[in-house]
Formats: sequence, structure tokens, C-alpha cells
Amino acid sequence: MEIQEKIKYEEELDKNFFDEIKEKSGCDEISQCIQCGTCSGSCPMAVYMDYSPRKIIAMIKSGFKDEVLKSFTPWLCASCYSCQVRCPSNIKITDVMYALKRKAIKEKIYPSRFSIPVMDKEMHKILTNNGRSSEVWLMLNLFLKTRNPLGLIKMAPLGLSLMKTGRMSLKKESIKNKKQLRKLLKAVKEGTK
Amino acid sequence: MNEYIYYPGCSAKSNAKHYEESILPVFKEIGIKLNEMEDWNCCGATASLSVDKTKAFAINGRILSIAEKAGKDIVAPCAACYLTLKKSNQFFMSKTEEAKKILKDLESAGCEYKGTVKVNHPLGLFTDEIGLEEIKKKVKRKLTGLRVACYYGCQVVRPYTDFDDPDYPVRLDNLMKAIGAEPVDYSAKTRCCGGSLTANIEEAGLMLNYILLKEAKRKGADAIVTICPLCLFNLEITQDKIVKKYKNDVKIPILFFSQLMGLAFDIPKEDLGFSRSMISLKPMWEKLGNGGTNE
Repeated sequence: MEIQEKIKYEEELDKNFFDEIKEKSGCDEISQCIQCGTCSGSCPMAVYMDYSPRKIIAMIKSGFKDEVLKSFTPWLCASCYSCQVRCPSNIKITDVMYALKRKAIKEKIYPSRFSIPVMDKEMHKILTNNGRSSEVWLMLNLFLKTRNPLGLIKMAPLGLSLMKTGRMSLKKESIKNKKQLRKLLKAVKEGTK
Repeated sequence: MNEYIYYPGCSAKSNAKHYEESILPVFKEIGIKLNEMEDWNCCGATASLSVDKTKAFAINGRILSIAEKAGKDIVAPCAACYLTLKKSNQFFMSKTEEAKKILKDLESAGCEYKGTVKVNHPLGLFTDEIGLEEIKKKVKRKLTGLRVACYYGCQVVRPYTDFDDPDYPVRLDNLMKAIGAEPVDYSAKTRCCGGSLTANIEEAGLMLNYILLKEAKRKGADAIVTICPLCLFNLEITQDKIVKKYKNDVKIPILFFSQLMGLAFDIPKEDLGFSRSMISLKPMWEKLGNGGTNE
């Protein structure tokens, strides 16, 4: 039996990763992390994460790029900002998680059948195309993309309750001035390339 | 100022219609004019920020610019809209190169934004701008005996709010007292409901919402009162599954704070969207001496 190597050598770490995340999240304070664990203790989703928020920050600082970007942790952040308001070093942890999500999507290393990144991408697509979101269409696209027809069937009772209380809209919502939105998004896109 | 631009967001037009249905007459009764924003677009909430930061801030810049052109501040009842618009405002005011670039792009698309718009949540307006004394004057029917768990959730009180404490806020409790209801000491008041994760990861969603429902029940609340459409949605849709999974009857009505305000202002309850509740309101009506009809 081959012994599995669990050690990561210094030369295997990505030394630029830390600076990149600092820049992308607009949060220089990551350098000030004292590893106190207040973030992990405050996080309502920490029990479901593969690495706790405290570990993620430590791993970013050390350059564990692959492990961090493949982790479920950023996708399990519900953006409740509990960690952020409590962090004694003023680290904008929620914004760091957003930066990790964007980087994972850009480098296409997010878990592709995991519904959260797919939902974020679909919603963003609907919004940038039409200016407004349409819940029913978002859900349909989501189940198609995650190839999960069973999920759709499971949603039926909820759909029924929403219909009964008049809270479901099948309309494809859209803004009037789509031309302006397109112009704006085009201008934004050109600058970031 | 007694005129604002109302930014509804997507929820108020779909699963949270009763938020809009109740908040508009409440503002009218208080004497504040709300005009719905012309051709508003969605804020992108947590989704756009997870995908593309510059586009996320750009679409919010468009919203802020529409309000600026009209010369009015924004009222955003949805917690996610409120947070995202406030976050964007702060981003634009940061004067970083990134922010300056997006402001320039906004200008080129005819959405110039100078940064003069203030984003308000109705709760902060009611308690801190109008004041509870004024609210009390509008109360025609005190909700005596109704015990409510005031649930603030995350995104109104964290991290950008300027009107309450991020961990133990009290404004909603005070407002409920002002209309005659009795707020219970709800220690889970700012614990997360899972947001958009709840619909996607059932196991986690049920656990998070179970904590919220159980604590409200334990404190003897008749209803949970929310200030966020997604909180209300999650707390409602998970109840049946939670009762089954945890074998604990934690069923409890989930209401918007504006619905109860409207009731206290004696606005006909048919006009406040109570019929949109997925949970039976019968015990609550009985307690309020209202004939026990689930309307």
C-alpha cells in the first residue's frame, strides 16, 4: 500500500493568492487576522463547512489556493455578516467569501452540480438580460442546469401553496429600458478586461 | 422630508406581495408619500456579487441614479435590497479607481450618480425619523395581548445599518410595544434563516429555521414578526417539514411588521394581505377577539 502524502511543501503553495484575494475583496485587513476563531464561532453554517471561516483565512494567507477555491465553504456563506461585525481585526470576511466565489467561478473550479453557484450564475444572467428576476423561471433553469428533475417534483407542494396564496408570478419580468442596461453593462465589461 | 422613492425589489412583486400591500397603506396613514421608482431594476442581492462585482455595483448604480434624478431618498423594505443598495453607496463613495471607473460607465449610459441618495429601511424611518410618539398617535386599536417574537434577521441590522445594534437590536420590539403588542424576549432575533441557501440545502435550512421557530414557541409567542421577505418565506415554507423531521409542533404564523401596524391603525385587515399567510392565523384572530376568521 502506498502511503498517502498529506504534506504540502512550501514551493507548492501559491504565493500570489493572498495578494490577489486582498485586492479582489478590497480587504487589506486579512493580514491582521489573529486566528481567534470569532468568525467560526459566530457562523451559523460553520457546522456544514469543510473548512471553517477561520481556517479559510489562514489558508488564504499561506497560499493554499486549490484547497480554498475547491472548498464548499464560500458557497455555504449565507451573507449574514455575523462574523464581519464581530471580527476584532475588522476583516470583511463576507466580502472575502464573495471574492473567493467570484474567483472560483472565473477559474471554473466550483462544484458544478452543487446548486448554489449555479443559482447565483443563473440569477445574475436573468438580471443582466432583463433587468429583473423572475422566480419561477429561475427555479426551472436551476433544476435543468443541475440535472435534478426530482428536485422539481419535490418543489410541487411549495408551488401549490404559493399559487393558493397568490404569491407566484409566472410572468417573465423585464425593465422597459433594456437598451440602457445593455449599454451600461457593455461599458463596464470593456473596462475590466 | 415626507416624500420618498419606493424601491420594491423582486419579492414585493411575487412571493411577498403582502409586504407591499401592507407597507403602502401604513406609510399613507402616517402621512408619508411613497412613489414607486420608475423602471427600477433588481439589485442582484447576494447572487450578482458572487458572480461579477463590477456588474453588481453597476446595476445598483442605475437604481441610485434614478432616485438621484428624482431628487428623493430611497425606501427599501426588503432587507437584501436595503443592504445591497447601502453597500453600493459605500462602494461608490470609497473613491477607489474601481469605483470611479464604474461611475464613469454609469455616466456614459445616462445614469450619472453623484452620491447624494440615502437608502432607508421603513423600520428606521418609523422609529427614528417619525418617532414612536407619532406612531402611537395613529394607533386606533391596540393589539393588546398579542405576544410577538421580533425577528430582525441579518441584512437590515448588519453590517451597514445606522439605526440599531447588529447583535441585539431593539427598534422593532419598541415599535411593536408602541402599537400595543407584547414582544417576547427573543434571543434568536438576529440569527440567520439561511437566506437563499435554505431552498438549496434542505438539511441546513431546516435546522436553522427550526432554531428560530422553536425559540419563538418556547417564549410563548403567538406570531413571529419579520422585516425581511426572505426571512418570512423561509420561516413559512420550512414549517411542515420541520414538524415532521423534528417531531415538534412549532407551527406559528409569520407576519410582516407592517401588517400588524396596519391592523393597529385600523386599516381593514382584508387590505393588509393576511389571506396570503401559508399558516393558519385562526389562533391569532381569536386572541385579538376578531371572530376567528382566517382572512
